[in-house]
Amino acid sequence: MTSKDTAVKPAEPSRRDILYIATGAAVAGAAAGMVWPLIAQMNPDASTLALASTEVDLSTVPVGQIVTVKWRGKPVFVRHRTAAEIKAAEDAPLSALPDPEPDAKRVQKPEWLVVIGVCTHLGCIPTGKEGEFDGWFCPCHGSVYDLSGRIRSGPAPTNLEVPPYAFIAENKIKIG
Amino acid sequence: MEGHSQYTPKSGFARWLERRLPILSFMHDSFVSYPTPKNLNYMWVFGAILSFMLVAQIVTGVVLAMHYTPETTLAFDSVEKIMRDVNWGTILRYAHANGASMFFLAVYLHIFRGMYYGSYKDPREVLWILGVVIFMLMMATGFLGYVLPWGQMSFWAATVITNLFSAIPVVGTAITTWLLGGYSVDNATLNRFYALHYLLPFIIVAIVALHVWALHVTGQNNPAGVEVKDVKRDTVPFTPHATMKDAVGIAAFLVVYAWLTFFVPNYLGHPDNYIEANPLVTPPHIVPEWYFLPFYAILRAIPNKLIGVIALFASILITAALPWLDTSKVKSAVYRPLFRKEFWIFVGVCIGLGYLGAQPAEGAYLWFARVLSAYYFLHFLVILPVLGRIEKPEPTPESIDASIVRGKTSHV
Repeated sequence: MTSKDTAVKPAEPSRRDILYIATGAAVAGAAAGMVWPLIAQMNPDASTLALASTEVDLSTVPVGQIVTVKWRGKPVFVRHRTAAEIKAAEDAPLSALPDPEPDAKRVQKPEWLVVIGVCTHLGCIPTGKEGEFDGWFCPCHGSVYDLSGRIRSGPAPTNLEVPPYAFIAENKIKIG
Repeated sequence: MEGHSQYTPKSGFARWLERRLPILSFMHDSFVSYPTPKNLNYMWVFGAILSFMLVAQIVTGVVLAMHYTPETTLAFDSVEKIMRDVNWGTILRYAHANGASMFFLAVYLHIFRGMYYGSYKDPREVLWILGVVIFMLMMATGFLGYVLPWGQMSFWAATVITNLFSAIPVVGTAITTWLLGGYSVDNATLNRFYALHYLLPFIIVAIVALHVWALHVTGQNNPAGVEVKDVKRDTVPFTPHATMKDAVGIAAFLVVYAWLTFFVPNYLGHPDNYIEANPLVTPPHIVPEWYFLPFYAILRAIPNKLIGVIALFASILITAALPWLDTSKVKSAVYRPLFRKEFWIFVGVCIGLGYLGAQPAEGAYLWFARVLSAYYFLHFLVILPVLGRIEKPEPTPESIDASIVRGKTSHV
């Protein structure tokens, strides 16, 4: 520090400034490290995350019937569709759908429709074989779903969600 | 703290708030401009450390409470679930358990600082007594918390401590049954202990507020034991001087806390508490956590059940009478040569009692525990009152400023 600096603030940060900034940064990092576990502990724990899977024996579901199973705390509709229902679902024009999606993308075998039974509007459980398309009708606010579980009219924004599932045998699926 | 606030609101919002609730000037006067004796040493950082630990225990405790179940068939497993399944659960559990030990370590250093420098003397008697109250609430909270994991030590510690109340003549058994909510430590006990363990820390917060208020009325004591005479010459503003010193103290303290929590988290614990509570099997050695050991030694030293219980409570309550038991007009041990020696003997006695509390109560251990317990009470009831009268203290400095300038420094 030369004598001519006494009247003018030095242009470079002083040693003290550097120490203050470094300490402040270290404290901020330590504080973040301390706070993060307190927040993260509220995330689902390992036992909840442990993949809950549900197996469904399809041989008990005759043609035309809808069965509801529980998977990860939510209802899942398993519908054994008739030939007429499959044709109606496949023939629907995509322009008529608020959330366009072809039926083929929503099923693995066309006679088996597996969708999560939670209305995408505000979460009520829709009633099966009701509504204009004989798909589902949600009594809470009037959303209408078709034979592929797709939204047709009403306040729901998206189609009924298709959960991850796989055929583990000819007549058995494992959801999740 | 005299005179009105030196705080001037800097922004329009600050001025608006100040007129309606002068909290900004309050915080400024209490923790920024607050005149602090300029000779304080590092034994004065434990107040800040204790405040930090109180917040730490409450925060980790609330977070653990999101996952714990206070029911006898579920409690032990819920703690294991925290250790194994909950995100960061292992760290949070160990932080809370070792945090309790660190909390007590800090409080003992804080108390012994007060004893050495005469911080309990006029005009700080109420400040000291509030501290005794906080200490007792801490012990209750620690005891209640230790029961919750429902291990063998949890259960049998609860049994021993609740049985103390049966020593009370006539109403003892009824009181014990009332405490337990049954005829032995069981679900009713666990459930209410959980409720109380959650409640007491917030009572501690309230008493700490009174404690800091009382402190700010009289001002801090200091290593010379000489009151502030001239605010400009004897004191410095709390921020940055005390704030930064406290920050350094907290950082050093956190190093020890982190070492325990991350490297030897079960060192201070008892392995038997990893065995689920069994009402039909008593562990061979029932031992409380280290911070209760001196008092446990005093309890077991006395052969009579009722007198043992009285001695246990008396050993804590007697500290509240210190302002009147210590008759010396000189505050600080720095200027009291005889008292200084007696203080360190007393510290040795407390550590000795702590060691003996962990040993079986028989043979030579028991004999020494009796000797040291007797000395413990002698220290308060006989030695301190007499010492104050017969001791010839060294001349105390005229002021804090003089004590620094002229030699006998603030260091021991």
